[in-house]
Amino acid sequence: MKKMIFGGTLLASLLSSAAVFATTPLTMWYHGAGNEVEKKILTGIIDDFNKSQGDFAVSLEQFPQKAYNDSVTAAAAAGKLPDIIDVDGPVMPGWAWAGYMAPLKIDAASYAKFLPGPIGKYNGQVYSVGLWDAAVAMVARKSVLDANGIRIPTVDKPWTGDEFEAVLQKLKASGKFEYPLDLGMAWTGEWYPYAFSPFLQSFGGDMVDRNGYKTADKVLNGEAGVKFGKWWQHLFKDKLAPGTSQSPADRDSGFTSGKYALSWNGNWAALGALKDHDDVVFLPAPDFGKGPKIGAASWQFGVSGSSKNQDGANKFIQFALQDKYLTAFSDGIGLIPPTPESAAASINYKQGGPMAVFFGLSKAQAVVRPVYPGYAVAAKVFEKALADLSNGSDVQGTLDAAADEITKDIEKNKGYTK
Amino acid sequence: MATQRSNRLMNSPTTGWLMAFPATAVIFMFIIVPFLLGFYFSFTNQRLISPNPAEWVGTSNFHQLLDVSVLSLQPQRDPATNEIVKEADGSLTYPSVRSITRNNPDFPQYNGMKEWFSWTSGTTREVVVAKDVVFMKAMLNTFEFVFIVAPVQGGLALLLALMINQKLAGINIFRTIFFMPVVVSIVVVSLLWRFIYSGDNGLLNGMLSFLSFGTFKPVDWLGNPLTALPAIMVMSIWQAVGFHMVIWLSGLQTIPVSLYEAADIEGASNWQKFRFVTWPGLRNTAVLVLVVITMQAFTLFSQVQVMTAGGPLDATQTIVFQALDHGYAKQDISAGSAISVILFIIVISVSLLQRYLTREKTA
Repeated sequence: MKKMIFGGTLLASLLSSAAVFATTPLTMWYHGAGNEVEKKILTGIIDDFNKSQGDFAVSLEQFPQKAYNDSVTAAAAAGKLPDIIDVDGPVMPGWAWAGYMAPLKIDAASYAKFLPGPIGKYNGQVYSVGLWDAAVAMVARKSVLDANGIRIPTVDKPWTGDEFEAVLQKLKASGKFEYPLDLGMAWTGEWYPYAFSPFLQSFGGDMVDRNGYKTADKVLNGEAGVKFGKWWQHLFKDKLAPGTSQSPADRDSGFTSGKYALSWNGNWAALGALKDHDDVVFLPAPDFGKGPKIGAASWQFGVSGSSKNQDGANKFIQFALQDKYLTAFSDGIGLIPPTPESAAASINYKQGGPMAVFFGLSKAQAVVRPVYPGYAVAAKVFEKALADLSNGSDVQGTLDAAADEITKDIEKNKGYTK
Repeated sequence: MATQRSNRLMNSPTTGWLMAFPATAVIFMFIIVPFLLGFYFSFTNQRLISPNPAEWVGTSNFHQLLDVSVLSLQPQRDPATNEIVKEADGSLTYPSVRSITRNNPDFPQYNGMKEWFSWTSGTTREVVVAKDVVFMKAMLNTFEFVFIVAPVQGGLALLLALMINQKLAGINIFRTIFFMPVVVSIVVVSLLWRFIYSGDNGLLNGMLSFLSFGTFKPVDWLGNPLTALPAIMVMSIWQAVGFHMVIWLSGLQTIPVSLYEAADIEGASNWQKFRFVTWPGLRNTAVLVLVVITMQAFTLFSQVQVMTAGGPLDATQTIVFQALDHGYAKQDISAGSAISVILFIIVISVSLLQRYLTREKTA
């Protein structure tokens, strides 16, 4: 009797595995473990894809964001990368260079209408496409600006550097705020290069010379860089912004509780600000000479370089780029939908929607972070330089040291060529 | 019977080796192999992520970390009179260090070095320049930490051990309280102390302000380069003192009571009892505590990672923090390995020196 049951289950399992044989399994890794909304949308897309065709069956594995990059690096070393990789925009060139990722082979028309930020290009090839973008804005309250006689800037006519300085001084002089400006210094890590390197670019400098990516000398520590560094340092010396010892709690609630007049913050925090005050406005970045700039690129999807089923992985990514999914992610977690159609269909970004302004901000000002495999190193060096400057280090010396370290890393990697 | 059994074990060593195998294999895999790999990597240009194979680069990683030299800068002279130019306030002008260390073909030996510190002797300004100033600061900070924490933590632990080594009602409660921080994860402890040290409304500022009737001006303990490292020292001493207290306590309890009874009969004072009975009896314990604290203090990392991330202005950089920063954050495994090798050499030298200084002097 027992034997028969065993035989029965064996047969059943054989049958079921035969059924699976027809479809090739694909694995996908995602960075957002713990976020139920993201999981629901993503598994929805995967289910739709698996039902839409019979050749491939995608399964999802989720990782906490903090452990995600480590897991991919470790998996690559062990030769166990998934077929579909989720990758943070600025990290992509490093992974592409190391062979973790293969160029996408999907119809370019499927992302032709996208904002530039979510498209991950490296060496002239598209390696990743994002289903959303993120943007940063100067969050302010209209009533506060009006009360202090401050002009509300637009994308076409942003605050100039001098005007911004006057705004900060006026807000400080009003005496109503602990600090006029909250930059988010409590958010260490990628926030620094993402949110602050556009300021440097608006001054005319950059983290690295994008022309060939061979050096950072004279770009990060050149005249424009030093001008940026002095401006940056004075924000903290003159108590216009809280420095590195800002507590994360103040960062999260300081603006809504009225500690800070302006907050340099991402669109993901916009809904919270809107809930507490109905006169919140999202303003473009100040123009320090080379136009207002903000960082672009968020998490994107790409195909693993070692996948045996790249064809299927490409098909899945192409499938996921439908407007309805872009809208779903936007509605679910407040991110910027990358196409005009998906924006128009979304709750927050449709014409007249509470965050519609972010779509324009992103379109008009967004620049991607330096696109080269050494970005991860440059980002760390840049973060430390900005922290040191805010604590009063010598501007030229700090930027020299940072530029040298970034250049040395490029040289040590033979210019990041293969 | 007993001899027979041991003979049987000696005759079949395979069983013994088989039993030791799991532990040996794990130690080999996770301690010995990485240790040797670390040595090897430190002489290559191994990267965390790279399609290029690693190459042998000799000692260049160590030069990059450790090279230091002294620049002697002469004050500017008037080209016509050859007199030293003086500013209105009497100060002298020197050529900037930057003009010499950055792409100056006349001084290739200083290329890429940064000013570490300087002093003036006579009219000459002596500037110490280093290839990696942050690593130099990290080494100094680590040594400072060790030299202060090792004696203070060891001494405090002994004091606590002496106090709780009494037969009083409820003494176990005190033992538990002193030992509690050891059991709590260092990350949790560090997070809690971040609140205590918080600059605006931290517990410490609040207490000091209350005790001084509001005259105390709040200090941003972890945000000020002068107080950040001492703040971490105090917290580290408090956290691990209980562990060493327990070791002292075990040492105290091995001292025979009869010695104290004899001392009592001789009419010894409390101090004499400590000086001539307790302290000699704790000799081996003292060596152990000293070596263990020193080794632990050299690997200072978690507190820094959680509380200050090496800042402000490198005031809390440490060797291990730098190893992680280079090897992992900046993806340069070779530099991280080189730092680990340097740390290994430092720790083993200091431990051997301690062993030598605390050896039994038989002569």
